[in-house]
Amino acid sequence: MRKPLLALAAGLLLAGSVSAASAAEKLKVGFIYLGPIGDLGWTYQHDLGRQALVKELGDQIETTYLENVPEGPDAERSIEQLVRAGNKLIFTTSFGYMDPTLKVAKKYPNVHFEHATGYKRNPNMSTYSAKWYQGRYIQGLIAAKMSKSGVLGYIGSFPIPEVVSGINATMVAAQTINPNIKVKIIWANTWFDPGKEADAAKALIDQGADVIMQHTDSPAAMQIASERGKLAFGQDSEMIKFGPKTQLTSILDTWGPYYIERVKAELAGTWKSEDSWGGLDSHMFAMAPYTNMPDDVKKIAEDAQAAITAGKLHPFKCPVVGQDGKEIECKGGANLDDGQILGMNFYIKGIDDKLPGK
Amino acid sequence: MELVEAIILAVLAASTPLLIAATGELVTERAGVLNLGVEGMMIVGAACGFAGAWLTGSIFIGALFGIVAGTAMSLIFALMALGLAVNQVATGLALTILGIGLSGLIGAGFVGERIKPAVDLYIPGLTDIPLVGRVLFGENAFVYCSIALIIGVWWFLYRTRAGLILRACGDNHVSAHALGYPVLRIRTFAVMFGGACAGLAGAYLPLAYTPFFIPGMTAGRGWIALALVVFSSWRPGRLVVGAYLFGAVTILQLHAQGWGVGIPSQFMSALPYLATVIVLVLLSRARTGGSTAPAALGTVFVPDR
Repeated sequence: MRKPLLALAAGLLLAGSVSAASAAEKLKVGFIYLGPIGDLGWTYQHDLGRQALVKELGDQIETTYLENVPEGPDAERSIEQLVRAGNKLIFTTSFGYMDPTLKVAKKYPNVHFEHATGYKRNPNMSTYSAKWYQGRYIQGLIAAKMSKSGVLGYIGSFPIPEVVSGINATMVAAQTINPNIKVKIIWANTWFDPGKEADAAKALIDQGADVIMQHTDSPAAMQIASERGKLAFGQDSEMIKFGPKTQLTSILDTWGPYYIERVKAELAGTWKSEDSWGGLDSHMFAMAPYTNMPDDVKKIAEDAQAAITAGKLHPFKCPVVGQDGKEIECKGGANLDDGQILGMNFYIKGIDDKLPGK
Repeated sequence: MELVEAIILAVLAASTPLLIAATGELVTERAGVLNLGVEGMMIVGAACGFAGAWLTGSIFIGALFGIVAGTAMSLIFALMALGLAVNQVATGLALTILGIGLSGLIGAGFVGERIKPAVDLYIPGLTDIPLVGRVLFGENAFVYCSIALIIGVWWFLYRTRAGLILRACGDNHVSAHALGYPVLRIRTFAVMFGGACAGLAGAYLPLAYTPFFIPGMTAGRGWIALALVVFSSWRPGRLVVGAYLFGAVTILQLHAQGWGVGIPSQFMSALPYLATVIVLVLLSRARTGGSTAPAALGTVFVPDR
């Protein structure tokens, strides 16, 4: 029994490094990160948000973060660790922390929780996310315009609604430019493995894709596309450094304003459980500069961005036709409603691939 | 045809770090030492390797940095597990945790920097041969190095007296000691070789595979290398089969997804592990049978005098 116990103890230590500063009577705000803060993607952007928060309210709060926390049961222990360290508002920043966060939230009703990209809530647990599919729509327009082969390459992480709705939004847009556009989809089944992401990008390019889009976290795909002289979109953060002649644009997560708003509410005692799902109009995310494309394509992108921001254009405008050729029920009047997009588990017509698990 | 060549190139690129790291661990384990810190030594090798290449502009010096860093990490292990006779499993796991933290610290200043990756060999005429040209004559130095390494290790273990003594230490350290061989010194060298290989394998990632450094970029490859050593029943030949098979299935499942064969991607992602385990288990059953693990693997040895 000795060895497994030791292994277990070591595993517990592995979960993450803690950074904390001591101060008296300041509001303690905790963050749980999926990757390292230097991942240049998802976690990096959350940490930029935290830094913005510290800059704005640093005299009244104290922040702590745990990085490299795996999704699943191990997360529960890390979240509890933050609770026991006295954090009163805790942001858990990945989809896979949903159930662990809910479990801890039920156990500690006096602590407030904010879970990113999930759909389960509690009186002391909010959810927040961004309507990235709006950005994906703009990328779809650009991709269809820029692709010479008519084949797009898409690296997915896990087949969850957020990723699936991104693929659909891309294709809805691309089909308005080129009705015969094809997309090849490879699921990496990981959010972060630079080597595997690079291999997936190579496979897509070798199979004829000339515009690479990704829903994984590292700049590996951008770097491969750049090496092979293809085009690509960044993910979560600015990746133009890895492809100065490659990056078309990137969806930039900008969490700072939201974090500041929620912590201010907590400080004022007005925090309540909410579901925030912000689009381009809410500054929850932004588009990186449109680069490496002719002016007419740039104009199409900018016009679409303006129309979406103004609420004049909805990526999932009815009718939306599913893979089987049947129209999807239109619950939101003129477009699919938020619930349908948040729970999206089908491909639209024109995607040849089969959705895993369907 | 071009696609076949592209796939083979990608397979070699994906398999090489596994092969290099596993080769080192194989020697360590054949000497009777179980070092579970491969992942930690690799990631430190990656950070130092990138730092070296970025500072000097030379991939070769970067690789040397990686080797030295991996060796230095392995010396910590040797000090604890061999010198102080601490439990090897615990020490190895601690080394991995240390390595992950340390590499983040070393690499923090280099995140977001880019370097020119290792160049591929080019021999006019030979490299241009269709299909096999680039595979045989158009790889980077790491790939050739990994093949030389495993052949060298096979030759050393089975064709030299020193290799025989090393294996003797791994199978029965008491007898080896009684015969007058310096068991702990031999094991220290074996651990250092393992560390050097892990460091080189780690350095390969930011120097050739994806030419930038990001914390955690080994993403579990050290653990796969460890598993390959066990499933290859500690034999260099089978290790080559295992490493390339793992790489091949990894790449092929990505391509299969791109072609849209309709098998759930979750299953496809598990396939490299499944295929490698099954093939290597079948291979080892087809021959001798029974356990082929070094008999003294993982046991602490304290010389009585």
